[in-house]
Parts: sequence; C-alpha cells; structure tokens
Amino acid sequence: MDNESLIICKDLEIGYNSSILKDKINFSVEQGDYLIIVGENGAGKSTLMKTILRLISPISGELIFGEGLSASEVGYLPQQTLVQKDFPASVWEVVLSGCQSLAGLRPFYTKEEKALAMKNLKRMGMDDLAKHSYRNLSGGQQQRVLLARALCATKKLLLLDEPVAGLDPAAMNELYERINKLNKEGVAIIMISHDVRIATQYARHILHIGDTLFWGTVEEYKASESGRAFADMEGGETGE
Amino acid sequence: MSDMFSALKIYFGYANVRYALVVGVLVALCSSLLGVTLVLKRFSFIGDGLSHVAFGALSIASVLNVSNSMFVVMPITIVCAILLLRSGQNAKVNGDAAIAMMSVSALAFGYLIMNIFATSTNLSGDVCSTLFGSISILTLTQGEVWLCIIMSVLIVAIFVILYNKIFAVTFDESFSKAVGTNVNAYNLLIAVIIAIIIVLGMNLVGSLLISALIIFPALSAMKLFRSFRSVTLFSAIFSVVCAVLGILISILAGTPVGSTIVAADGIAYVICILLGAILGRTD
Repeated sequence: MDNESLIICKDLEIGYNSSILKDKINFSVEQGDYLIIVGENGAGKSTLMKTILRLISPISGELIFGEGLSASEVGYLPQQTLVQKDFPASVWEVVLSGCQSLAGLRPFYTKEEKALAMKNLKRMGMDDLAKHSYRNLSGGQQQRVLLARALCATKKLLLLDEPVAGLDPAAMNELYERINKLNKEGVAIIMISHDVRIATQYARHILHIGDTLFWGTVEEYKASESGRAFADMEGGETGE
Repeated sequence: MSDMFSALKIYFGYANVRYALVVGVLVALCSSLLGVTLVLKRFSFIGDGLSHVAFGALSIASVLNVSNSMFVVMPITIVCAILLLRSGQNAKVNGDAAIAMMSVSALAFGYLIMNIFATSTNLSGDVCSTLFGSISILTLTQGEVWLCIIMSVLIVAIFVILYNKIFAVTFDESFSKAVGTNVNAYNLLIAVIIAIIIVLGMNLVGSLLISALIIFPALSAMKLFRSFRSVTLFSAIFSVVCAVLGILISILAGTPVGSTIVAADGIAYVICILLGAILGRTD
C-alpha cells in the first residue's frame, strides 16, 4: 500500500440497509489532497461521505485508512441540523466539543485541549466571538465555528458536506478561501459541492457520482464527457 | 408575615414535611438537569409517554401488592424508555404514533387493572393521587427518602461527569459519531436516567405532571440565557426555587402539592418570557 495515501476505496458499494445506492466506487485520497465530490441530488454523495466516516457501513468493497490516520482522526463538517438553529450554546462550547475524541472517556477538557480549541478559533478568525451565542451568528460565521471544531479533531483530513449551502456569495467565497488556505497548510480536504465552477477553481481531484462514475484530476474532468454534461446542466462554465 | 413563619415552623416539626421538602428539591433538581437535552433533542414527548407508562406499571404493582412498588415500576419504565428511544431513531416506524399508542394504552390498561383488581376501598382517590400526586402533603417512608437521595446523588454525579459529552451529543450527533464517540450509549444512558427521574418524581407531582418539571425549567432558561452551561445552571436553580415555593404554598394553603409546584413553574415561565422580552432576548 502506498504510504502517501490517507484513504483508499476499492470497489466500494454504498447504500442503506443493504439496498445498493452506488457500486464500483474506486478512488484514493493522498496526503494534502483536495477532492471534490459532485453529482446530482440523491446520487449518493452524502451516503459516500457517511460511509467514509463510518457512520454507515459499506455493503461491500474495501475502505482502507492509510498509515497514521485512525478513523477518529477525521474532522467533519456536517450539514446543519434543525436542532442547532435554536441551540443555546456559546461559540466556545461548540469549538471545545471538537476535542471530544481527544478527551475520550476523561470527563473534562485539559489545558492543552482548550489551547487547541482557541488556536483553531483564531485560525478561523472567530476568537473575538468566543463568548457569543452560536445561534445569533450569521450563516458564514456558524460554518467557520464548525470548521474550527472540525479542526480540533484532525490535523490531516477534513470532510465537508456542502459547507456553503445557504450562504450569500460573499460568505461563500470567504469560506472557500479559508478552506483553500487550510489545504495549503497541509490538511487534505474532501468536499461535497454543487458548485462545479468553484470546485474546479480550488480542487485537485474530482469524483463525479452519477450514471457514470468519474475520478481523476480537474484537468481530466474538464475534458471528460461527464464533466461537460454536468457543467452544462448546472449552467456553469468549465473554462476554455 | 410572622404568622406564616410560625405556622411553617410548626409544620417543619413534622418529619413528613421535612421529607417532602428534601424529596421535592432533589426531584426538581434532577429533572431540570436533563430537561435541556430532552427539549433540544425534541425528546420532550418521550418524557410524557414514559410517565403514562409509569402509571400503568404502578397499577400493576399495586394489584400485585408488592411491598415496594419501585421494584416493579422502575424496571418497566426503564425498558420502555429504551424501546421508545429506539423507535424514535428508527425512521421506518413512526415514532410519534408509537409513543402516543404506548402512552394511552398504558393509561387505559393501568386504570382497567386497578378497577378490576381493586384492593383498596378508595379507588378514585388512588388513581387521582397517582396521576396528580398526593392530595395533601406527601407521606413518605424513611426508606423512600433515602432511595430518592441516593438516586439523586447518582444522577447529579453522572450528569457532572458526562456533562461535556452530553453537550456534544445533544448539539451534533453526526459529528460526535464521526469522531468516534459512542453516541448510542449516551442516548441510552439519557433514556435510562429520564426513566429513573420520572419514577422518582411520580410520588411528588404525579405521573401526569412530571413532564412539566422536566420541560418548564429548560424552556424558561432558554428564554434568558445563551450558553449551554448557563442554561443548565439556571434551569436547575429555577426548578429548585419553584419546587420549594410550591411546597411551602401547598403547606400553608392546603393545596395539592404536585399541581401547586407545576403552577409555580408555569407562572415563573411566563415571568421569564416577559423578562426575556424586556431584555431584548427574543431570539
């Protein structure tokens, strides 16, 4: 096995309750990689991400975590839930909960964990708002807090499930820039996105889930059948 | 005013009154702690369903003539709590309907069983006090008080130790699962604790009113405070203060203790809403 790979998927079949949603998924994620998962609604993007996170188990095939990456060392930015909309929590409490896997069965967070949470809050430019209420933040600020939380759980790999959903264009671009910066700092990114144009601007690899599966570099994707078809459908430009 | 205090002084000479106050404060404290989690996880209805189940279980216990009904009621309620939680998580079964079905059946069968196998001469009195708590001040044995104290200490200790995990699991289950936290175990534990609280609280306010003790403090605190810790602390204080007030008023005015406490909770809730509006915390 390649030492550089964080995750390798071989002939993966995914779905719920043994009904197969998508099969023959093959791809790998290298250290410091930037992979975008695109595809139509219901194609299985979120299901694949949940499978990678081991929230649901694969029906068959192999999902191998590379050396130096245990399953609990993955940072995750889920789609926001209804519960969080009126949840009384301070920004600090939310970010600190990113250290829960570090704490394990220990009931309280250590000084080091608190320092880590503060560091990541600063990294996301949210340290001024640490004492503020999470539910009163703007959508973009909330995503940055959740990103800081995810960073507490990982140094190597972030999984983002449509992080810009519901954000205005300015907040969207800001979040993309921050994610890009994290990637430059060496954090591998796997991101689900609807937005092919933005995706091709930052990403290194693309996994297209649809009638046909595509996995390859962005350049290969632009030249491919599914790349053109998808970009046309989304009304975007793949750039000439 | 001094009349009131001297009257209270006389009442507190009785062990029964002191026991009631101790149990009232403890039950109020415990029920408020997990209320925030229950409300936020949209689990409030589980508390309600469980209290009906506890009523059914109590009627079985009274028919069986068990010396300590707790040994029958506690396990049945805990098992039902686990079942309800499972059905709530399973998308295939309609969680709401399952709970509604379970709780009304428990009520109906409970009353039926009590009616058919009635052992006491005052059936409607028994039913009424099970549903709404004791008519006058509680008559608790020393054993019951000790059981309540031990359980409460356990619940508070577990809550403090697991506080950070409970917050994490309540705020974002998916994230917690993804980073390897055993979410199901924590949910199970929460369900079991809720069951225990409901059984403990049944003596105090009766099975129909116990969910008020769980929900009111949490909702009131959420009107005024913004962090999880302050909401939790305030709901504990809110609940204890209302319980003490309710018990004192019920002693002095001779009202039923359970409904007096819940009425105090209700009024305090309205005050919190008003305060929240005045302070501009309407979000």
